[in-house]
Amino acid sequence: MSHFETGIIDALYLRENGFLPSEERQRKGPVAVIECIQEIPCNPCVGACQFDAIHMEGINGIPHVDFAKCTGCMSCLKVCPGLAIFIQDRSRAKPSVIVPYEYLPLPVKGGTVTLLGRDGAALGTGTVRFVLAADKVSRSSLVSVEFDDPALCEQVRNIRVG
Amino acid sequence: MEDNRIATHPILAWSRGTPVHVTYDGQQIPAYPQETVAMALYASGVKQYSTSSRFYHPRGMFCAIGKCSSCMMRVDGIPNTRTCVLQVRDGMEVETQHGDGRFPDVQAPMGGVAENNAEVLVIGGGPAGLEAALWAARAGARVTLLDQNPQLGGQLIKQTHKFFGSAKENAGTRGITIAKQLVQEVAATPAIEVYQGFTAFGWYQGAVCAADQQRAVLFHPRKVIVATGAAEKMLMFKNNDLPGVFGAGAAQTLMNVYGIRPGNRVLMVGAGNVGLIVSYQLMQAGIEVAAVIEGAPKVGGYLVHASKIARNGVHIMTRHTVLEAVGTDHVEAAIIAEVDDRWQPIPGTEERIACDTICLSAGLKPSTELLEQAKVDLAYTGELGGWVAKRNWAMRTSNPDLFAAGDASGVEEASTAMMEGKIAGLQAAYDLGYTGIPVEEQKETRRNLDDLRAGPFGAKICIGLKCVEVLE
Repeated sequence: MSHFETGIIDALYLRENGFLPSEERQRKGPVAVIECIQEIPCNPCVGACQFDAIHMEGINGIPHVDFAKCTGCMSCLKVCPGLAIFIQDRSRAKPSVIVPYEYLPLPVKGGTVTLLGRDGAALGTGTVRFVLAADKVSRSSLVSVEFDDPALCEQVRNIRVG
Repeated sequence: MEDNRIATHPILAWSRGTPVHVTYDGQQIPAYPQETVAMALYASGVKQYSTSSRFYHPRGMFCAIGKCSSCMMRVDGIPNTRTCVLQVRDGMEVETQHGDGRFPDVQAPMGGVAENNAEVLVIGGGPAGLEAALWAARAGARVTLLDQNPQLGGQLIKQTHKFFGSAKENAGTRGITIAKQLVQEVAATPAIEVYQGFTAFGWYQGAVCAADQQRAVLFHPRKVIVATGAAEKMLMFKNNDLPGVFGAGAAQTLMNVYGIRPGNRVLMVGAGNVGLIVSYQLMQAGIEVAAVIEGAPKVGGYLVHASKIARNGVHIMTRHTVLEAVGTDHVEAAIIAEVDDRWQPIPGTEERIACDTICLSAGLKPSTELLEQAKVDLAYTGELGGWVAKRNWAMRTSNPDLFAAGDASGVEEASTAMMEGKIAGLQAAYDLGYTGIPVEEQKETRRNLDDLRAGPFGAKICIGLKCVEVLE
């Protein structure tokens, strides 16, 4: 079944169409992954990027990340209405992913959380590196989780607390 | 007593104040001053408001925004009171309405009808109406704004999600924040006079009559902008009138405006943007979503909204419909089934889903009652939700003094509603000779609106608009 039937975005589609950064790029430092593959009228991510790393043709275009320019600064994560942007990082001792999180309770730094894939299935557990609580402009909280298996970077898209 | 109020929420907080008490069928029920009668009852576990006229079936709420008749009760002796939009007052007497309303034993304290010479009358204080009022006033006009709800903001006040659209126009900002900003601007604009809690119900040769519970006012406007929004559509299935079956927007009103749990386990019917967004918001309020079912072969809303709930473990079932609501006084389960290419249920695929709430997100119907009374030219346009007014590019209907904007002029979404409101508000002001805002501002807004609609999701809207937009 396609993602348009289930809502579960197909990782193979993302990989084959250049939405995911290479392993080499991930080893260099944090990088944004935008899982927004449908033409919808929305563009705040483009303006939020200070590094001119997000490109889109017209307001209904699909955002593409220039992985060479992206610094993984998280500015786009904060504004994306679709909560469709994640940060992958394999440059540190432990691989990590940053996900937007809008549920209660918020996880705490150092705590253990269940890692969830695009279909909500558990992928194992991870440790919370940091939590950026939503700021006054009421943007989403961002949670960074680290784990052992680098292959999970491309799969972890949500967490469950407890 | 049951208390369904939500204590903590990741996005929202409610300052409820000191409780008052209302009497419900002789029993004392606690209520908070900001709550409406229907909401306070629901918070205490009262989910039946009336019995139907012919078969005395139990009736619960359906729209929760004053559009339907589902929550009508006797309040202080007055029957047919829409309890979802009437704020509680200490000592209020609320009774279940059995069948048709009896003529009141007590006479309403309605004095004569006051008159008001409004210059620009804006009907409806949602995204379109607020923008229309603000821009007409900015251009120099005196504006009167009518709204039938207890607070301004329309459906923006329950949109906790961040808006899509252009960064130039509010994208990335939550609807509730946009509402707050617009309402503050209206309050800071002396040229806008607000009649809160007033329902406009009658068009009399260009005059508009509106009333709240206490008084009626006859407005004699020079220009009218109808921004009355839309109402959620019902779906046909067995027992669809059972309490616990209601619009997805009603669930949103309960939980996001009033902080009340709509249920414990919800089946969402419809995977358009409303169904997907409300499913996500239910989970944010700590409520379980049993599944999202959708008759079409594909998710109708944005894929990012679907992905957001899928990665929280919610099962989206396309090619499925609801056949029956199960329960006697309230929903206990739903029977769903797979459908074929012609949307017919496939025998043998029936499945029982345990749930206490069935939310319908099957589209919206523009609220065109006043436009119909005013006899402007309407056209049935399925792409826009039903009957809508024919209009020119500036939202002017076939009556030169009457404009329509927002969902009332065709169901779309809040960003486009705001732009339509702005265009209509400016035009009404220009018509009266006010030029405080250059015409270029209006023209640019129209261009931005066309840009938003230029993608695949706007294609359907553009087809609809071809039927109703009149070229000049």
